Amino acid sequence: MSKEEKKVNRRDFLFTASYTVGAVGVGAVIWPMIDQMNPDKAQQALATTEVDISQIEPGKSITVLWRGKPVFLKRRTPEEIAEARSVNLDDLPDPQKDEERVKEGKDEWLVMLGVCTHLGCVPLKDKGDYNGWFCPCHGSHYDVSGRIRKGPAPTNMEIPKFEFVDTNTIKIG
Amino acid sequence: MSDQEYTPKSKAGKWFNDRLPLLTLGAHLTDYPTPKNLNYWWTFGGILTFCLITQIVTGIVLAMHYVAHADLAFASVEHIMRDVNYGWLIRYIHSNGASMFFLAVYIHIFRSLFYGSYKSPREVIWIIGLMIYLLMMAAAFMGYVLPWGQMSFWGATVITNLFSAIPLVGDSITTWLWGAYSVDNPTLNRFFSLHYLIPFLILGLVVLHIWALHVPGNNNPVGIDIEKPSKDTVPFHPYITIKDAFALLVFMIIFAGFVFFTPNVLGHSDNYIPANPLVTPAHIVPEWYLLPFYAILRSVPDKLGGVILMFSAIFILFVLPWLDTSKVRSAVFRPIYRQFFWILVIDVLMLGYVGAMPAEGIYLVLARVGTIYYFLHFIVVMPVVGYLEKTEPIPMSISEPVLSGGADPSIARKVNDKA
Repeated sequence: MSKEEKKVNRRDFLFTASYTVGAVGVGAVIWPMIDQMNPDKAQQALATTEVDISQIEPGKSITVLWRGKPVFLKRRTPEEIAEARSVNLDDLPDPQKDEERVKEGKDEWLVMLGVCTHLGCVPLKDKGDYNGWFCPCHGSHYDVSGRIRKGPAPTNMEIPKFEFVDTNTIKIG
Repeated sequence: MSDQEYTPKSKAGKWFNDRLPLLTLGAHLTDYPTPKNLNYWWTFGGILTFCLITQIVTGIVLAMHYVAHADLAFASVEHIMRDVNYGWLIRYIHSNGASMFFLAVYIHIFRSLFYGSYKSPREVIWIIGLMIYLLMMAAAFMGYVLPWGQMSFWGATVITNLFSAIPLVGDSITTWLWGAYSVDNPTLNRFFSLHYLIPFLILGLVVLHIWALHVPGNNNPVGIDIEKPSKDTVPFHPYITIKDAFALLVFMIIFAGFVFFTPNVLGHSDNYIPANPLVTPAHIVPEWYLLPFYAILRSVPDKLGGVILMFSAIFILFVLPWLDTSKVRSAVFRPIYRQFFWILVIDVLMLGYVGAMPAEGIYLVLARVGTIYYFLHFIVVMPVVGYLEKTEPIPMSISEPVLSGGADPSIARKVNDKA
């Protein structure tokens, strides 16, 4: 390198401008090629599911398919709710109150994605060390509120967006 | 590339060769001076080429009958097995061919590790080889998804969920890979497309792998640099071609044994159950050739940590040429490293075994011990042993011990000591 300050000339400007325009152009072509792999309109159209819950007895649960994933709808007994609420939050790897996982006034209904937050397997119900769910793939234990208690899963099972359309119908999504 | 000039004998050949020197390339490949002491561990390059071609040919044929749709894929595979003429044979060759491919590639890799073939000046050959290995794993994984059985579906779910461990963008990446909100028809479609593409990428890398090999030439069991051509070398054809052909025949007998007598022994019976997104099989295992990495993944009680460690187990191999500090290539002359080499072999086999077992009790302990040793081997043992080890004297040439009256390396050492 020479000591004297390098002067910016016309050619430097042309190089920089050309590279910039070129990079923007390449980006504009690449983005559609990448974005085409994201969920398409047909997939997005399956985004809500309505479920009739009138037939579910207390203590029982059903599994429905929403966006290709299982959703557990469990009608919990008062004992189960009490058990879920008696847990010391400090004992939880992902502390969350049971109240935050259900709709107020509808405490018996636990609606959650039946997908293990570790690597996506479907946990088995009424199994494991905490009377909740147990994932057979890599041994994660969830409690009766679907919260992770033991095993490699990092977070509680996810609560999807849902609402009560009327007393007997839940809309997921 | 070729050391000597080549002129085609015929006029037509000369005319063509002046315009595209393919015949010069052919002559180079024929005369290519090869160390005369290559043993049967060196025949796996040829065997792997055979495996790749077999997979491409049977794969193209299968794609003529297979339907890549979530509702039809499983039935179309059964259609191949029952209705298509020789469909059962072609599919069994393709599915067992994947296993044979990995069997050969593991032997090929451990050959490199034992004889120090990854060391200077062959680092680029080694790195291209690892890229081929990575692509092989991707191709094998996506191929296993295509029949859309229970193991296909849940294997795809578990592997794609590995990416959800990435902080912040993990979920978006996983959704992007799926093209849906779970493993679904768009996933199957793109996996088929990529499964068809990858073998041709591998083919391109194989050309580069061989090209890079032909610059320094083959390593050899004594691991010394040799003059080429010299009394230490033989022409590739017919000496190596005939040896490769014999080894290939033996390999094909084993291959045929699997295809005709136990075509499903390496697979999992759950994959004959159609994919069901509501039920996960009680015991998910990947194919045998991925089990050691699966064991490493499960040995860590933390999601992100497990994923990082599993990928590190592969990527650490890329820097191996710089972790090994020994000047001597071949483990034949490295008494300490030689023992650690066999410990690594046993370690990887053990990790494979515990990867197939439930992740609990003694298996979890073994997986953790195995994982720790695996990393210690590369990060600590390779640099330290290479530095401290007192290696045995290496011969001056391949011919030397032979011409001195025997192929026994101990004689070579005596000769060496006098010199």
